[in-house]
Amino acid sequence: MKLTGAQAFIKCLEEHGVEVIFGYPGGALIDVYDELMKNDKVHHVLTRHEQAAVHAADAYGRVKGEVGVALVTSGPGATNAVTGIASAYMDSIPLVVFTGQVPTKLIGNDAFQEVDIVGITRPITKHNYLVKDAEELVPIIREAFHLAKTGRPGPVLVDLPKDVLATRITYPEVKPITMRTYKPTYEPHPGQVEKACQAMLKAKKPVIYAGGGVILSNSNEELTELARRLDCPVTMTLMGLGGFPGTDPLSMGMLGMHGTYYANMAVANCDLLIAVGARFDDRVTGRVDAFAPHAEIIHIDVDPSSISKNVRVDIPIVADCKHALVAINAWFARSKDFNAKECAEKHRSWHEQIREWKNKHPLGYVEETDIIKPQFVIQKLHELTGGDAIITTEVGQHQMWTAQFYHFNKPRQWATSGGLGVMGYGFPAAIGAQMAAPDKVVIDIAGDGSIQMNIQELATCRQEKLPVKVAILNNGYLGMVRQWQELFYNKQYSSTVMEVAPDFVKVAEAYGAVGLRATKPSEVEPVIREALKINNTVFMDFVIAREEGVYPMVPAGKATTEMLLV
Amino acid sequence: MKHTISVLLQNKPGVLSRVTGLFSGRGFNIESLSVAQTLEPDVSCLTLVTSGEDTIIEQITKQLHKLIDVIKVTDMCEHDNVEREMALIRVKAEAHTRAEVLRIIDIFRGKVIDVGPKSYVVEVTGKASKLQAVIDILRPIGIQEIVRSGTIAMTRAQKS
Repeated sequence: MKLTGAQAFIKCLEEHGVEVIFGYPGGALIDVYDELMKNDKVHHVLTRHEQAAVHAADAYGRVKGEVGVALVTSGPGATNAVTGIASAYMDSIPLVVFTGQVPTKLIGNDAFQEVDIVGITRPITKHNYLVKDAEELVPIIREAFHLAKTGRPGPVLVDLPKDVLATRITYPEVKPITMRTYKPTYEPHPGQVEKACQAMLKAKKPVIYAGGGVILSNSNEELTELARRLDCPVTMTLMGLGGFPGTDPLSMGMLGMHGTYYANMAVANCDLLIAVGARFDDRVTGRVDAFAPHAEIIHIDVDPSSISKNVRVDIPIVADCKHALVAINAWFARSKDFNAKECAEKHRSWHEQIREWKNKHPLGYVEETDIIKPQFVIQKLHELTGGDAIITTEVGQHQMWTAQFYHFNKPRQWATSGGLGVMGYGFPAAIGAQMAAPDKVVIDIAGDGSIQMNIQELATCRQEKLPVKVAILNNGYLGMVRQWQELFYNKQYSSTVMEVAPDFVKVAEAYGAVGLRATKPSEVEPVIREALKINNTVFMDFVIAREEGVYPMVPAGKATTEMLLV
Repeated sequence: MKHTISVLLQNKPGVLSRVTGLFSGRGFNIESLSVAQTLEPDVSCLTLVTSGEDTIIEQITKQLHKLIDVIKVTDMCEHDNVEREMALIRVKAEAHTRAEVLRIIDIFRGKVIDVGPKSYVVEVTGKASKLQAVIDILRPIGIQEIVRSGTIAMTRAQKS
């Protein structure tokens, strides 16, 4: 039986187990939307902006550990999706984005709602396709899913001309995917594993530096096993939070620009740095030549181009983190030279040193009785959700406070736009997360600036009846930029004062959601408790200390030991 | 240091823009570039000359490898290889210089491929340094126009 391209498209989504997609219709996609309405297996979430559709698909994928799917129309639909695609690319999130396109005959003609989205997204996708021939549609979609989730994951875009969606084709049989030019390396080289293990055996002051690759490869258990076996302190990147239990005694929290004092000091003084699925980003390293200057560096990464890109690595291991960690754990399990007790003994003075740093400058803030401190709100959210909520954030101060004070113990309970730093990510991401985990508490921790970048998604929440909670840390500033202006630009608060702001409680109510407000520390806990009880979307407006800063802070371009402290 | 990098690619629309976009987006240099089909019609060979420190060249080869349509990347500098460029040169050839131009072209084993009343178009192939030498010698006679190809390269046969 022959199917139209649109029917084949949906059948192919079903073939890949896709249950939820996020999107926004348009002229080029009417055929697909017509079929979607007849279909009861693929649920379509109508967001109120294409950017939100892509962020929601991104977070859905992160929380579920699957490939997120977004569907947007041609032209402005496609260009609106660009920020979402770029964010997923920077964070290596598996995603397939389908864009409508004008009919093949009109391509290149400057037709209505035409853009060269394949050209536009070339540098922000892992790969992209324009389907020119309907017979190629299904094979290309299969390749797109394959590429998105294998190797170093990432977004793949498939551009669908309107006539291709209307052409009748025979649905091709499922075949194993073979791509001549794409064969990611999963298994580590045994010689490199041996070298790495010998270095770990020798080290007196080791540190594990874990990134988003640990989450993406589901290797948190293997990482935890290694850290405990070696009695090795662990620090995580923003993307790696939850890859190792944040409340574990071996955890030093996050490192880098807003990392803990002790994590940065440990990295600066370690003799062995074990980087697992991390990419030595500038927000982590600070001044590169002062990053882990005394350390031998082991780097495990599935992407060879990540290795020695920013920092020269001594022992590279190109492999999937999980496979590499399994091999390393197995090496230690059978090694006669390894003795856990001796190892702990050897690291004792190192742990003492770290404890000393931790006592000297613990993560903290100055508490006040009459004004709400943002860190206090996050601590309360952590406490009242038992540390078990799925947390998303926008970008800015609130994001860093969340990373510091919500101690993630599990992977896939944390979604933030790390690499690209997208204000407006968190609210749609919370929608995606709630669709992926309907029974979980999902909270978007936001700032009063960034929540306004996708505030229209209140409508999506209401339409899908999602009990998403949004905690707005409201200081009336674009706080992170204001903090830089305070520290480095003579307090010239140029365009960072939110002189006009909506009443967030009323905005929520206007959409049929619930709005709550806390202006005093004593109101914080009751507001959170009430919000958690309500089976509806809730905005919590926390009016916080206006000029609170995020500390520690490594000024841009400085060494990570040159921290500004509370 | 200069590197000649040879890249085998799937012969598909838009592939060249993936390569050039990678170079411009990441701030790598392209000094010359040449691309055409290979024996297999669905595979193209792209040869490019770039320069940079070893760490940059390492990134260039790794990033090229990462492109899904790239089949193989070879840094020709790591191999014993032959490299050639071609230049077409329109040089003034009037009564008193015609013979001299022919002699020079002959010495460099070039060819005259078009003859006009007051000029020749000559074709010269060789390494970049040889083409430069021809150009330097012809310049005083009067070069009117030059078109040069990018470098192409091939590894030599193994000796043993």
